Parts: sequence; structure tokens; C-alpha cells
Amino acid sequence: MATLQLKDVRKSYGSLEVIHGVNLEIADGELVVLVGPSGCGKSTLLRMIAGLERVSAGTVAIGGKVVNEREPKDRDIAMVFQNYALYPHMTVFDNMAYGLRNRRTPREEIEVRVRDAARILELDEYLERTPRQLSGGQRQRVAMGRAIVRKPAVFLFDEPLSNLDAKLRVHMRVEIRRLQQALRTTSVYVTHDQVEAMTLADRLVVMNKGVAEQVGSPVEVYERPATTFVASFIGSPAMNFLPVSVNGESRTLTLRGGQPLTSLDSPSPAQDIIVGIRPEDIHLQPNGQGEAVRLVVGIDLVEVLGADSVLHGRLVGSEDRIMARLPGIHRIRAGESLPLFVAPDRFHYFLQSGRRMAQQ
Amino acid sequence: MVENRPWLTVLSHLVLLAGCLVIVLPVWVAFVASTHEAATMLRPPAPMIPGTHLLDNYATVLFEGFGQASRVPQWLVLFNSLVMALGITIGKIAISITAAFAIVYFRFPLRMTCFWLIFVTLMLPVEVRIVPTFSVVASLGMLDSYAGLIIPLIASATATFLFRQFFLSVPDEMAEAARVDGAGPLRFFRDILLPMSRNSIAALFVIQFIYGWNQHLWPLLITTKESFYTIVMTVSRQANVQDGVVQWNLIMALGILAMLPPVLVIVFMQRQFVRGLTDTEK
Repeated sequence: MATLQLKDVRKSYGSLEVIHGVNLEIADGELVVLVGPSGCGKSTLLRMIAGLERVSAGTVAIGGKVVNEREPKDRDIAMVFQNYALYPHMTVFDNMAYGLRNRRTPREEIEVRVRDAARILELDEYLERTPRQLSGGQRQRVAMGRAIVRKPAVFLFDEPLSNLDAKLRVHMRVEIRRLQQALRTTSVYVTHDQVEAMTLADRLVVMNKGVAEQVGSPVEVYERPATTFVASFIGSPAMNFLPVSVNGESRTLTLRGGQPLTSLDSPSPAQDIIVGIRPEDIHLQPNGQGEAVRLVVGIDLVEVLGADSVLHGRLVGSEDRIMARLPGIHRIRAGESLPLFVAPDRFHYFLQSGRRMAQQ
Repeated sequence: MVENRPWLTVLSHLVLLAGCLVIVLPVWVAFVASTHEAATMLRPPAPMIPGTHLLDNYATVLFEGFGQASRVPQWLVLFNSLVMALGITIGKIAISITAAFAIVYFRFPLRMTCFWLIFVTLMLPVEVRIVPTFSVVASLGMLDSYAGLIIPLIASATATFLFRQFFLSVPDEMAEAARVDGAGPLRFFRDILLPMSRNSIAALFVIQFIYGWNQHLWPLLITTKESFYTIVMTVSRQANVQDGVVQWNLIMALGILAMLPPVLVIVFMQRQFVRGLTDTEK
């Protein structure tokens, strides 16, 4: 059990800096998810915590001690790899025991710890098999077992579920969460899957191009995305963005086609801003309390998913693309135009730079 | 091919049978020859049915020696060949697997230069460097010794290259997992890489054993004492008789004996051999 601090951690390959100073404090027992598109630096950051990559600048501290110069084995961490990296010629038991043997743990204790881990992960029957004889989900559990038996200060997960099929992934996601809560081990989890990120995390770190764009609880990140990047990355389908201009004193927002959209409560710092609307905040009827903003949308395409229907279309007038997610099945034909409604308190306001506008 | 055309089946069988015949016939002739008396062999036509002197001939060859070239009991010659072939095989595997390990897993100055130097030597067969090698071995006083037979043939670019390719196919995460598990480079090599290379080692063992066993020119050059002769060179020397009768029956017996060990190695290691060359175990 330990805390984990990253202070202005940077990584450069030659003159190319890929991680531009990440600061993060992870409390004891917390599960933090690093999420972002591929190439955002989330795996590199994790590998720097593990000690598999050198830290170019800044410090990584585990349990209050700076570990920059320590080998992975001396950092008291355990890592679960994307392809599991199980030793193919060893049995499940030996795979889990290998790290303990290298640490000269007494034989009896290895036996106890591996059996315990196997019981927790329901691997008892498979201890004498080799990884080749296991299914994907079982291999994944062995990889987890290898991490658990070590009783490390920090668990590191590098996209551990991305090699599983969709159904198993949902199952293992729940398992990982349950296990982490039972063991209360500080964990860092890397994924590009926003559903995994939302469901697993105590706190999310949304990364983009080597920068942590936002750090916060999943609800916070969803409700108040700090940038347009975060807003479009978290949430599915992605948030709609409408460029609008602010009309001077009246603080009225008008779309590019000239139609007024709504008006701001307080003065805007800029002339042109961006309004973000989540597809799930758009409705067919204005809902009861308060006024609703009316958007007339020409429908291009309707995707019926069963539980929801996703409408794709363009705003009549401004031609901005818009997506709406309506609960239930709707038989709306492409080519129709229909009015849709959004409560103005569901609007997100962003500056042209992508930053969220402060006052809203 | 899932086509089912009778004439095609017949034709392909004919071609295969013809191929088998071409390969098997000389072996059969050699075997038959090794079961007759020397006199029968000198009278045409050559027999095609085994005779009755099988045990006599082989006993003579193994325990008494014959002819002009090598009068020592030929089990000694077989033993020499075995020592040489095993020495070359084990030496080659040991050296090339450690060389490949260094090239793949360590970053040292001139790493790629080393690799390319090794790779370039792939193009130089033993015969090209045989004269300088001979002079080195001679001045080191290694003529007529097992060391002289084995050491100059141990370096192997082919094996190094094969192991390198295999190591490159092992996912990086394997080395990283071992690092997190607290295994240093040597322990990683011993506990993980070596067992994983089992099939490649088996495949190389077969190839290199046959290569070592079949060495002809090198033992011919550096051995002068009959007690260090190897079997392959002895067979050809025995056929080269000055002013006397060529004992074809005994030479053929010796030939059959020379063929046996490589055949046994292939028969017993065929499965690992094929697996080692075809799939990469991950």
C-alpha cells in the first residue's frame, strides 16, 4: 500500500519531447485510469512509473520515496501487460511463483500465496497447465495472479483487457474492479476505452498529445469537461460542437446561419465561442420545467441500436453537423426535418482555444 | 489440393515412386554389397539380393579394421566422428545462442557492426578460409587432436542468425515481465529464453550434427594419425587402394555405418526439428 506522486514528469526521445510535464498525486488505495487516444503518451507514462522507461525530467515517487533510478524489481510494483507476457514453458503455478522465487521467498510461503491468489481468481484447477492450454480470459487472470501474489505497493495495468472479446471484457472489467476494491492496492490503469475508464476509475486522467488535459472523477469529467478534446473523447456518441458568435450587449448567441440559439447569463470574454451539446441531452419534446432551446434538424441517417436511436443530421440554416441520442426505437426517415429540444443548462461553453469558459 | 482426379493421383504417385527409387536404390545396393563376400562383389553382375555375410563383414569392419588406409578397428573412427559432430554441434549452439542474446537484448557500441560482420561470414564456406585456418591450427599445435577437429568449425553465422530471428519474435513484454519479476539478464536467459528456444535448439542440433558428421575436407587436412580419422574421410580413403583389391563389401558396410547416426538423429528428433523450423512458440 502506498501513494504515488508524479512531479512534472517528462519524457523525450532525443530532442522530441513526448510527455510534457505531468503532475499527479495518487492516494493510497486509489484506482486512477489514464485514458486517451493511441499515441497520447499514456503507456509511456505507465512504463516510466514501472521503471521500464527512463524518466527524462521530473520525479516519480512511490510511498514517498523517489524511485527514478531504481530498477523495476526494486520499485515494489507489479504490472499486467496487454498481451499478458506469460512464460509459455512454465505452468500457471510457476508463472505466478517466478517473481517470488527470484526474491528468495521461502517455498512454503510461495505455495500459500499462489494458492490464495489462484482461489481468488478461480484458477485452482489450472495450476498445472501451461498458458497455451488456457483460454484468453484465463490467461488474463493468470497475468493478474502474477501481480497479486507479489503483494506490491502499486498495480500497473497496461490495457489488460484489449485482447479479450467484448463480452469477456465486460466481465473482467467488473472482476478487476472488485479485486482492486478487495485488496485496496493503489493502481494505475491504462486504457483507450472510455467505457472501461468511466466504470473503473476513482479518478480519470484524460491525456492528449503528452499532456494531462483533465484530472477528475468520472462524473466530473463527464459533467464539466475541461476542454473540447475531453468533451469529445469522453461520452458516446461524441459531443456536438456548434460555433456561435456572441452579439454584444444582449449576450445573445447566434449560429452561423444567423438564428439565435440562447443567451448567456454573464458577459463572454470572446466574440466567437463554441457551444457543446451532448447527444443524450437532445430530446424530441421540451421537458417540463424551464424553457428549452429549439433546434430544427434535417435528418441524414438514423441508427437504431435497440435501447437508443442515434440521429445524424444537420442544423437547418447553419448546416452544422449534429447527433442526437434518443431513448427507445424511433421510426424517423432520412430526409425529414424535425424540431429537437435542449435545456439551456445542458450547454457547455468553450473558447476557440478549446478551454472551457470559466463562468458557465 | 482437394481435387479428385484419378489420373492425377496415379501420375503423382508415379513421380513420387520414381523419386524414392532414385534415392533408395544406391542405399539398397550398398546394403546388399555389405552382406556378401569380397569375391562376389568383384564378379559382375553386382548382386541385388542380400547375402549371408552380414555379421562377418560388420564385425570385421568394427573390431578388426581392414584395407590400407585405416587399419584400426573402425569403431574408433565412428567414435571420433561422434565426438567431432557432437563437439561441433554443442559448441555451435552454445556460441551462437549467447551471441544472438547479446545482439538482441543488449545495447553496446558497434552492436550492428558485430551483427553484420557475423552475417557477412555466412557467405564464406569453410573451404574459403581453410588454408589460413589450417596454418593457425597447425601453429597452435592442434593437429591430430579433437580440439583441432572441433574448434575451427564452431563459429556459425547461420545459427546466430536463426537464434536472432527467434529472439526478435519473442515479445518485448516477456523481457519486461521478467525484469518486473526481478530476473536479471542471465536469469532471464536461463529461465525464460533458453527453455523457449527448445525447438530452435533441436532443429539446429539436427542440422549441425549432420553438418559436423559429414565434414570431409577438414579432418582430411588436419589428421595424420589413424586414431584421429573420422568415418566419412575413411570411407573415401578406403576406396582409394594402391596395388590391391578394393574390398567393396567392407567399404559398403563402413558406408552404411557412416549413414546410421545422422539417420537416427533425424528419426528421433524429427518432430522437434519440424516444429523448430516452422512455428515460433509464444
